[in-house]
Amino acid sequence: MRYLESVVTLKLDAEKCIGCGRCAEVCPHRVFAVTDRKAVMVDRGACMECGACQKNCPVEAIAVNAGVGCAYALIRSRISGKEACCG
Amino acid sequence: MVLSPQQGSPIFSPAAITIPGDPQRLPTTLSCGDRIGNILVRFGWRRRQYRTEPALYRIGSPTPESPVIVTANYTLTVDMVRAACAGLDLWVLVLDTRGINVWCAAGKGTFGTGEIARMVKEARLDKIVKHRRLIVPQLGAPGVSAHHVKQLTGFDVVYGPVRIADLKGFLAADMRANDDMRRVRFGIGDRVAVVPIELVLSWRILLAAFAAGVWLWALHAAPFWAAVVPLIGAVLMGAVVVPLALPLFPFRSFVLKGLAGGVLWALLMIALFPADLITAARHLTLLPPVVAFLVFNFTGSTAFTSPSGVKEEIRRYTWLLIIWFAVGVILYIVDMARGWLS
Repeated sequence: MRYLESVVTLKLDAEKCIGCGRCAEVCPHRVFAVTDRKAVMVDRGACMECGACQKNCPVEAIAVNAGVGCAYALIRSRISGKEACCG
Repeated sequence: MVLSPQQGSPIFSPAAITIPGDPQRLPTTLSCGDRIGNILVRFGWRRRQYRTEPALYRIGSPTPESPVIVTANYTLTVDMVRAACAGLDLWVLVLDTRGINVWCAAGKGTFGTGEIARMVKEARLDKIVKHRRLIVPQLGAPGVSAHHVKQLTGFDVVYGPVRIADLKGFLAADMRANDDMRRVRFGIGDRVAVVPIELVLSWRILLAAFAAGVWLWALHAAPFWAAVVPLIGAVLMGAVVVPLALPLFPFRSFVLKGLAGGVLWALLMIALFPADLITAARHLTLLPPVVAFLVFNFTGSTAFTSPSGVKEEIRRYTWLLIIWFAVGVILYIVDMARGWLS
């Protein structure tokens, strides 16, 4: 199953990447692969923005707006103006 | 099994004397009580209190060379881990995640770098094992920075498989996970596991739907079953049926999946119970937004929906759902008034 792909915020800075492969190790949707000592996004649309790759990238080559993916929490945060949280 | 520091069998081996804190042994078989507790907790029973004492534990008879695995202190999680580790000898470091599972706690950061560092120190893990390696579940990675754990504790983080059932294969393959072990699928088994709590948490909506149905019946707008079944059923469609049959519904958007399910349900109700134009229109306007809202909410239980996607759906469909539902409420009042006046 796949979700809306056009709005995914995942970004990879190939310049900074040192090809350590951590992103490919942690991604549960196999978004990354390492070829020629550089990470590449082989399935960017599958990203669920969990933030695991960003958190484990030792050179900060990955940026993503990670967060809670639950509608109820996001609706509540929109109404209250506070940050989304599962409660 | 909820362990307190006082419980558990003492270990009478010479090696045990030099081990700080004398870690308890976790049994690898689940008792009848554990199994019942695990079923009940999926329905929300004592869910907040279902915690295991955070500490270092043994499984089997681990040595200083044995692997260390890290997990959360939700007892359902600990039970799955110990049951999957039958026949293995290893150390289990149970973090304090306030009784939340690995994935959700990692999202909040309570399953995270800081808590790993704290527990490694508290358990004096450097005195217990000779190697410097922690096997952290892959779904804990959103909360953990492997390189920071290394800086703080001297331990290397190796991400283990997504599912604990693959741990034996992972260990047998020299701590290498194949692509399948690293992938989240969110198949029917996973959906069955999260649907009960979804239903229990929507009890208010279920109650409101029932009350709305009873009210229709009480004012002679419809016979009892024809009044109650469409409304109750809409909640069950949204909280149970569509989530279980998620891939069978077209559209990637959860709101659209829900609307499709809701229209289907409304048509079924029109076919099943006698309905004139107003009642049919009431079903088609009142029910689909309810189903859609509940299905949309299921994005919080899946493991493939991005927050950006959820925000996009809110942006696209909020007004559609509000207007659709408002028309439904008006028709509900019209239908009720008609029954009351006749």
